[in-house]
Amino acid sequence: MTNLDRRHILTLGAAASLTTAGRVWAAPTRNGPRILVVFLRGAYDAANVVIPVSSDFYYQSRPTLQIARPDPANPDAALPLDADWGLHPALASTLYPLWQKRQAVFVPFAGTDDLSRSHFETQDVIEMGQPLQGQRNFGSGFMSRLYGVLNGARPIAFTDQPPLTFRGGAQVPNIGLSQVNKPGVDDRQARLIQDMYKGQALAQSVSEGFQVRDEVYQTLSAEMQEANRDAISAKGFELSTRRIARLMKTDYTLGFVDVGGWDTHVNQGAAKGYLADRLSELGRGLAGFVDEIGPEAWNDTLVVVVSEFGRTFRENGNRGTDHGHGSVYWVLGGPVKGGRLAGDQARVDAASLNQGRDYPVLTDYRALLGGLFQRAYGLDRGQLDTVFPQAAPKDLQIV
Amino acid sequence: MRKSVSRSLGGAACVLVLGALGAGPALADSAPLALGPHDLALLDRITWGSTPASAAEMERLGAKRWLQDQLHPGGGDRLPPAAQAQIDALPISHESMADAVTRIDAETKVDNQITDPAAKQAAQKTRQQEMNELGKAAAARSLLRDLYSQDQLKEQLTWFWMNHFNVHLGKRDIRAMVGDYEDHAVRPRALGHFRDLLEATLRHPAMLRYLDNDQNAAGHINENYAREIMELHTMGVGSGYTQQDVQELARILTGVGVVNVNREPPRFGPAKQAFYIRDGLFEFNPNRHDFGDKMFLGHLIHGSGYGEVRQALDILAREPATAHHVSLQLATYFMGDDPPAAVVDKMARTFQSSGGDIAKVLQTLFETREFDRSLGTAFKDPVHYGVSAVRAAYDQRVIVNTTPLQNWLNRMAEGLYNHQTPDGYALASAAWSGPGQMAARFEIARQIGSGSAGLFRPDGQGAPDQPAFPLLQNALYFSGIDPSLSDPTRAALGQAVSPQDWNTLFLSSPEFMRR
Repeated sequence: MTNLDRRHILTLGAAASLTTAGRVWAAPTRNGPRILVVFLRGAYDAANVVIPVSSDFYYQSRPTLQIARPDPANPDAALPLDADWGLHPALASTLYPLWQKRQAVFVPFAGTDDLSRSHFETQDVIEMGQPLQGQRNFGSGFMSRLYGVLNGARPIAFTDQPPLTFRGGAQVPNIGLSQVNKPGVDDRQARLIQDMYKGQALAQSVSEGFQVRDEVYQTLSAEMQEANRDAISAKGFELSTRRIARLMKTDYTLGFVDVGGWDTHVNQGAAKGYLADRLSELGRGLAGFVDEIGPEAWNDTLVVVVSEFGRTFRENGNRGTDHGHGSVYWVLGGPVKGGRLAGDQARVDAASLNQGRDYPVLTDYRALLGGLFQRAYGLDRGQLDTVFPQAAPKDLQIV
Repeated sequence: MRKSVSRSLGGAACVLVLGALGAGPALADSAPLALGPHDLALLDRITWGSTPASAAEMERLGAKRWLQDQLHPGGGDRLPPAAQAQIDALPISHESMADAVTRIDAETKVDNQITDPAAKQAAQKTRQQEMNELGKAAAARSLLRDLYSQDQLKEQLTWFWMNHFNVHLGKRDIRAMVGDYEDHAVRPRALGHFRDLLEATLRHPAMLRYLDNDQNAAGHINENYAREIMELHTMGVGSGYTQQDVQELARILTGVGVVNVNREPPRFGPAKQAFYIRDGLFEFNPNRHDFGDKMFLGHLIHGSGYGEVRQALDILAREPATAHHVSLQLATYFMGDDPPAAVVDKMARTFQSSGGDIAKVLQTLFETREFDRSLGTAFKDPVHYGVSAVRAAYDQRVIVNTTPLQNWLNRMAEGLYNHQTPDGYALASAAWSGPGQMAARFEIARQIGSGSAGLFRPDGQGAPDQPAFPLLQNALYFSGIDPSLSDPTRAALGQAVSPQDWNTLFLSSPEFMRR
């Protein structure tokens, strides 16, 4: 038994004494890394984050939004990734060090074959992970199906609302982490409330709710006491990701979290400004996660960053960008063979744009994630076909 | 059988506590109700939660006439004086949106002149707080109406349309606009014609700011609003329009924007002056409009200024996809998950034959057998949960502070005007019944059930907390709710050790989660 597993069971034992009717999880026999999926809702402007610095067309297309080519003397310049690509400078102290440690891979021209350019439609499509053709089942998300084929995984959504991607199969707990308070409903009340729901459709949700509430409070109460003593404590997304790291270090192995605020139609800024601020916040969150989970657990953890689509390659009339198509996905983690871009690439010029307007998709998200899960968990074809039906996995050898 | 020990124990303890606090007016009316289970379930669905007073009103009028009154409310707000007085005292009742936006814009310009960084930061913070207060005031007014207005269906629809035509508090100065948006654009048309409602939202600065159309101009196209009008407000995604239609509608919408306050009005040559429209903070600026012809949804629209917008809205409101999309949303809101296709089709037919008469579409829904069968089965979303709990707890005794309720709604992730993206809050129950959310609900049940929870503490320092205690075991409870409780719920309530505990358990019960 690893140290991790022992801690896990200790936590569970304590939690079980707090909730009487809560389901007791089997001790996990993990056969693969933890995975946290981070969904950037609103379609982040990938072309200004992983920047095609070798493309003159990029500089022509974005007169006010462009990020300068890498230049050590210029703090506003892109950070060099390879000969063709650079990283937004707002990520210099957070994500870039992971790249330098070869713990980050970027997959350009990634996305879906949905061309609706609707945020909500395309987010749903990705969360469901089903073939675009044919009957859709809104009651079945790909992370729920992944949970179904894994042995001993413990899933959780760190969101106020249960995400579509965890629908179907067993009830997956959700909990927003921006406010975590000492529970007021006591054990006796919790037991009576669960009695009222016995045999009802919500029974599992209710008992799971009490169990997660107690586990999260227990894992985080030490942190909250420390935070009260510290003058400076993490805020916003970083506060959430640090809490996620604590919970995933000990209790949960399959996580989902989302971050909004990426729909930059107007005045998105360049090296500084609105998008740069969002990126700084995201970068601090991800770096905080790595820091909090610690080197040992990080060696056994993957963080996948996705978004519904990219944005128009040319800037619009309001120093912003409109809804586009291809995006850039990220995979971070200790086991990642990183410091590189993975997947097929196209020359970034006017001729290669999809419908003359945005990046094409050369790597389908289902093929990408399927290939990643196959390597990370050793899934067979049947299991893969359960997670992503009718999608041939693409092995980009990310891990 | 129904006279269980627990109930009389809890009830007696309740009375004792109330007696001790000297607050017992709601106890006076304890005559049994003559309404049957169906009428009571209908009452609970059409209102923000049934109360003894609303049941008495339904009984007085008869269920049929009561429902007609709900579908066709007269003018004016039918509010108890204590609630009206609170609304009258709000800052948004004394200053128009145009005045507030103009004032804050001018103040912001002064703030920006400050050279001392600390002083500047302090001034900007003051400005933000000022706008936060305006947003909070709008939410307070809205909740007071939900809690106490006799026109309950109108208030439910106001929430529904505010969600359908969602705007978010957090963007720019929308906090200073959202109260006016609700009060002048949405609420007066909540039971009117869809076409009017659509144009009223289009002409409101809150919407134009939120979806960036105030930035949309000839040569500087921004297609954000154009897309969401078709995808969310009217036809629905996947209903047949194309990217080309989105782009053409964006061209039609060029020049539709918001007055730039504290700046000289735009000047035009004589040819363009006639096209200029200014109405409050709404502006149609012909200098920013693309006067070329457009091909929109198969219709040729000649360049004619704001008239193009009217034509486009006429086309959208007449689209069968719009009738279907809006009917589906309404049916889901008023019936719960997955309303039967036959019901939605029937509503859509009424929508088309009546020119989008919302009251008629709802009447069609209410007359179906499927609607009757759905009564009591729909899972409450957080706003229904929170508002119905406060209504049940205090009925006509008007709370003096809505802040705790606003906070509970935010904690349950359905705060007023607080959904960031234009799709609005989810209508499907799966979005609200997850483990974390159920746990949060029980915490809130405990807060509401255990005492006055800040609802009777006026804002401001040193104001005394008025004594109050939730009275859930009232006439309606004994004659309508108690007989319908399941055995497990009854058994759990029987183990309550105090009135606070009983209230917590009752507000946590499966029965109270449904409407």
